[in-house]
This record gives sequence, structure tokens and C-alpha cells, in this order.
Amino acid sequence: MAKIKFTLNGKEINITIDPTARLLDILRDQYGLVGVKEGCGEGECGACAVLINEVIINSCIVPMGTINNKSIVTIEGFSETKRYEVIRKAFEDEGAVQCGFCTPGMIIASESLLNNNPHPTEEEIRIGLSGNLCRCTGYNMIVKAVKTASKRGEGLW
Amino acid sequence: MVNSYIPKTYKEALNLLAQNELLIIAGGTDLMVKFKSISGLLPKFKKDMLFISHLAELDFIKKEKNSIHIGANVTLEKVLNSKHTHYLLKKALLIMASPAIRNMGTVGGNIVNASPAGDTLPVLYVLNTKIVVESLDNKRIIPIEDFIVGPSKTILKENELVKEIIIEDKSFDYMVFEKIGTRQADAISKISFAAVTNIKNSNISDFRVSFGAVGPRIVREKELEKKVIGVTIDELNGMCNLICDNYSKFITPIDDQRSSAIYRKKVALNLLEEYIKSIK
Repeated sequence: MAKIKFTLNGKEINITIDPTARLLDILRDQYGLVGVKEGCGEGECGACAVLINEVIINSCIVPMGTINNKSIVTIEGFSETKRYEVIRKAFEDEGAVQCGFCTPGMIIASESLLNNNPHPTEEEIRIGLSGNLCRCTGYNMIVKAVKTASKRGEGLW
Repeated sequence: MVNSYIPKTYKEALNLLAQNELLIIAGGTDLMVKFKSISGLLPKFKKDMLFISHLAELDFIKKEKNSIHIGANVTLEKVLNSKHTHYLLKKALLIMASPAIRNMGTVGGNIVNASPAGDTLPVLYVLNTKIVVESLDNKRIIPIEDFIVGPSKTILKENELVKEIIIEDKSFDYMVFEKIGTRQADAISKISFAAVTNIKNSNISDFRVSFGAVGPRIVREKELEKKVIGVTIDELNGMCNLICDNYSKFITPIDDQRSSAIYRKKVALNLLEEYIKSIK
């Protein structure tokens, strides 16, 4: 067991925990943040994506021992921002959500991309979303939604 | 349940390694999958764990006269975005895994994991990379082809840690990296191929080729490379079949869930042939 300090959706957290525990399990089971989904559990589908120090990371393969002094933002925390509102509306308008299971991860991937590159090309969007699987939409609507969010959110990123 | 150590400094990590038998974990992108348990349970690690990804002493990229030094903890994404990174390594990193994995996975991890399909490895082999390992009382600098001895096997000792890698910083007239995989992102390579060539007064002055995922180790045959040094470009093209035949002996892939041995071998040799023919 070890003492780990981090911020979770802006709030400072100090816990004593096994450092090999998966961040995904802690977020869902201890903090009730069930917008963070478990898909493959092997880092290949992106459903469990969160922002760690503002970049996308798959929480299913993050051991707690690596997050000391880092900032974690889940879809729940991100949903309180203006950027989220722009991305959410764009996803709705472009039909980028069907079953919804991949959507929290897709939105986190979109934020991580736009934060780093506010005006991505279509190819850059596809690379930015390349670690996130969606079995419903066929991706084109999601790519379009990110493009739309980038346009509408001018100045936010 | 295993014990975990989270040292405050690099020195403390070396001290812990001197006193305990530990499994070193950096980004965890390979180990957390390898030792995965059922959802909600702890991973099934067999040894006590040493966490190192937070150690700032291993997080640097610096350029020296003819080489680039990359700390073992630098994430793959940071290497991809560094202005010092060699063109060919960038090419491999751009199609490696996904942004989320590259934000965690480290260069040191990709080397110590020693997968024959490790995406950075063919490039690191042709760029004559050296691995700097340290223990509390010793330091070794080892060429990558001597450091990795088999699938998941390196000569890293129990008390040692990979500190940095040193990559040759040299430009080439012809450079290529190819990866064959099922999905562009996150796919483990079926075959990977890296090659670099320099031409001086229309003669081949430097020629290096490596293949990934076609045997237990990355294939790089320096004896075969020497045979084409000094030949003209026309002669090189004339030798194409002979060169492919010579490499054929060293390309010994397996059948597995990702591909078949016969496909891997055929495609590996096609990539070599296409590369040689591109040198004009």
C-alpha cells in the first residue's frame, strides 16, 4: 500500500491504496465515475479514456502508482466545461452518437486532440481518434463532429 | 498481492534494485496487459514492483554532437514531438499504437519488453542505438543487438535499470520504415522493416537493413550489409536477387494469430526488393 496524491476533476485526493490497482477500477468503484467505461481492458478500444495532465490516456492500463501529483479529468469533470458543451452539441448535430458506449472516450479523445491542435485536418482528426473504437457509426459522423466542434469552438482551444 | 516501491529519486531506485528482486514498471502499457486480471481485481504480478515513470532524472532528450540521448522514461509521444528526434524514428512512432498509448508508453519500456514486433526496434537497430544501463556500482553501454537476446529477454541484470538510449544522429539519402498490420492504430506488427542507405560518388557508402517480427529477434545482418559497401547503384540493383536470397536464410517467421510464416517471409523479402529498387 502507498499514499497517492492526485487531483480528480479539480478536487485534491489523498488515498492509501495498492499502487498496482487500475485507475479505471478506482474511478468507477470508489468514486462512482461510471462514465469511464471498460471495453477491452487492454488499452486498445479507448472506452476508458481519461485526461491525465491534459492528454488522453487509457485508464484500464494505468496503475495507481503512476499518478502521483497528476491531474485526472474524467468525462464527468470535463462535462462542466464550455469546451464539452461545444463538443456535445456537435456530436448531437452530426449524429455521432448511436449506442453511446464509446462516446465518453471519443469526447475525451476529441478534447485531447483539439487542446493540442485547435484546427486539425481530417487526417489529423482520424489519427487523434485512432485509438478509439466505435462499432456503430462507421466513424465518419464522429470525424465530422470534431470538425464542427473545431469550427464552432473558435477561441476556446 | 505484491509489494510496490515508489522511490523519490533515481538513486533510491538503484538502491532498491540492489536490495530486492523487483519488476520495473514505467508506463505499464505492456505489463498491465500481460498480467491483467478480471475486471476490478489487481493485476497478477508475480514479483514486487518498482515504479519509475515519475523519476525526472530519466525524462530528458538531449542532442550531442553525433547522437541523440533519450532518457528511458520519455514517453513515446514526447519522442515523436521532439525536434531532436530522427526522421525515421518519428516515422515509426507516428503509426505506433495510439495517442493514448504513446502518452504513457516509454522508449525504455519498448526496448526492455523486447518483443520481436516492437515498433521502434527495427529503426533503433539501423540507427546503431546503444543502451545505457546502470546499477548502484556499475554502468554499461551496450549495443541494442547485444542487449536484446530473444523474445522478452534482455541481458539486463536484476540490479540494473535502463537509464537512457543513445541514437546515432546521421542523415541518409534513402530511408524507409514500413509496418504491415491489420489495423493502422494499435495493431501489433505482422512485419516491420527499416532501411537506410548513403551514396557517395554514386557508390554505396552505407547500407543498413532490419526486419521486425520475422524471427525471435530483430534481424540485422552486418556481414551482408558489408557486401554491398563500395558497389555502384547499378551493381546494387543487379545484386537485388542475390541480396534477397542471402537475407532469406535469416528470415524465420512463425505462424501465429496475426499472420502466417509464409506470408511474413514473402512480404519481408518484397519490402527489401522494393527498397533496393528505389535506390536510383
